[in-house]
Amino acid sequence: MHSDRASLKLKIAAAAGLLFLHLPILLIFVYAFTTEEKSFQWPPPGYTLKWFAATWDRPDVWEAMGLSLKVAAISTLLAMILGTLCAAAVSRTKFFGRESISLLVILPIALPGVVTGIALRSAFSIAEVPFSTWTIVLGHATFCVVIVYNNAVARFRRTSGSLIEASMDLGANLFQTLRYVILPNIATALVVGGMLAFALSFDEVIVTTFTAGQQQTLPIWMLEELVRPRERPVTNVVAMVVVLVTLLPILGAYYLTRGTEAVAGQGK
Amino acid sequence: MTMVQTTPSAQAAPSEGVLTRISDTLWRRPTLLLLILLTPPALWLGIIYLGSLFALLLQSFFSIDHFTGLINHEFTLATYAELFTPANFDIIRRTVGMAALVTVASAVIAFPIAYYAARYAKGAWRALFYLGIMMPLWSSYLVKVYAWKLILAKEGILTWIFEGLHLTWLLDAYLALPVIGGNSLSVSPTGTFLVFVYVWLPYMVLPIQAALERVPTSMLEASGDLGAKPAQTFRHVLLPLALPGVIAGSIFTFSLTLGDYIIPQIIGTSRLFIGQAVYQHQGIAGNIPLAAAFAVVPIVIMGVYLWTAKRMGAFDAL
Repeated sequence: MHSDRASLKLKIAAAAGLLFLHLPILLIFVYAFTTEEKSFQWPPPGYTLKWFAATWDRPDVWEAMGLSLKVAAISTLLAMILGTLCAAAVSRTKFFGRESISLLVILPIALPGVVTGIALRSAFSIAEVPFSTWTIVLGHATFCVVIVYNNAVARFRRTSGSLIEASMDLGANLFQTLRYVILPNIATALVVGGMLAFALSFDEVIVTTFTAGQQQTLPIWMLEELVRPRERPVTNVVAMVVVLVTLLPILGAYYLTRGTEAVAGQGK
Repeated sequence: MTMVQTTPSAQAAPSEGVLTRISDTLWRRPTLLLLILLTPPALWLGIIYLGSLFALLLQSFFSIDHFTGLINHEFTLATYAELFTPANFDIIRRTVGMAALVTVASAVIAFPIAYYAARYAKGAWRALFYLGIMMPLWSSYLVKVYAWKLILAKEGILTWIFEGLHLTWLLDAYLALPVIGGNSLSVSPTGTFLVFVYVWLPYMVLPIQAALERVPTSMLEASGDLGAKPAQTFRHVLLPLALPGVIAGSIFTFSLTLGDYIIPQIIGTSRLFIGQAVYQHQGIAGNIPLAAAFAVVPIVIMGVYLWTAKRMGAFDAL
């Protein structure tokens, strides 16, 4: 344990752990090509591409995908605005109740999703708000704020306050300072926060089941297929596509935060 | 922030005059600026989120009339008392027990990964480890659950592996065990447990890794020089120093398991967990007060858990 090289036991344990994390996801990729329709038979009896075409022709998949993208886009935008405002306030000044604000932001993600979900649902029923795309957005934006907030707060702390003062001393007003000094400094943190918030919203299912009414986001569609399977091979293909779609923002976020203190994804 | 008084720039174009005046006012009165920054997020979270939580709490003090099925809007503790009927208390006990088991198992599997990543992984390996933990963390939750449905199915890969190793008898013997077994792995408590561990594992790796990165190598060397065997160094030096990370990770694994209702629904027996109870009572049964009371259970448990963790100093090091 005191040498510079890892012991064989540690290497094996670490490698086994990583394999445990990755093999199940890789399996999805194999199943997307299987010819077997009725069961989860392994090894697959044959391989085919026809389920990709079948999935392409399914309007319900496209509809769910469209709704998911729409909800994720609006929620991300809202979360970016609210999260950045909150981060700016918390990181630049000390004020009474600052700790409670941080707690308030983290709470929606710290409490189990089922609590957030049923809380929103009971509030909607009391306020007699009908379910719509907007009730889904309301829920998603609430728990996406923390992702943007975490990334922005870390960046604000590293951005020196004297930069802003210098800009103001040189005659720029607040809006010019915002445009030319503050935004360029926090831009990558915002983009990273936004990408992760998008990925989180695109994938969220627990809160959504409580706030969606009859509409189906892609995760709700998948859940429906898991509980009451209709066409298993189509589910396999959708699962593979979802993995690929969520992978992009993660790789992008990683690429942008490389070399800085990694904040991406902390406290998802 | 120190205040520096600036006079409006004389060269400012006339169209910028208003902006400059607003800007000066805000600069002179930081409280106003703070208020403007804070109001939107505070209103959003305060009204939508806290309001909803309050509505939930309120509902849990109502009760349902079992004859008419209507909600009786009178303050009562009867709904909370219902949580302690044998059937409901069983659900709570099962969920908490599962959460504890999942937490311990995640910690055991996560520790070597975190330790290797924190101490030995350098350069490209380090990036690979980072992505290797991030990608499963952010991969679609449902896809991960679905992958396990494929793995654990009776005709799936795990059965195939056991067959290949001529160990089918072992699998069958295991599934025949009373509490943890079942018809196939995908409808057994063992299956539920495996999927929980798999899905929450990255949440355990990250905080442990963060804690381990702060442990100076010299301490481990000193322990070795003073004659401690590796196991002793682990037990008396490394583990106590990593404990805050383990506790931080356990907050995630514990809380997430307490509130999940999808995993036990898709992979597991028909016996309920807290999340499923909440979902069923508010949906099919229409018993919103009882669903609300059930939802308060994880809040209370997590409150106690966080308070204990804080008392033990779990947050000081993070």
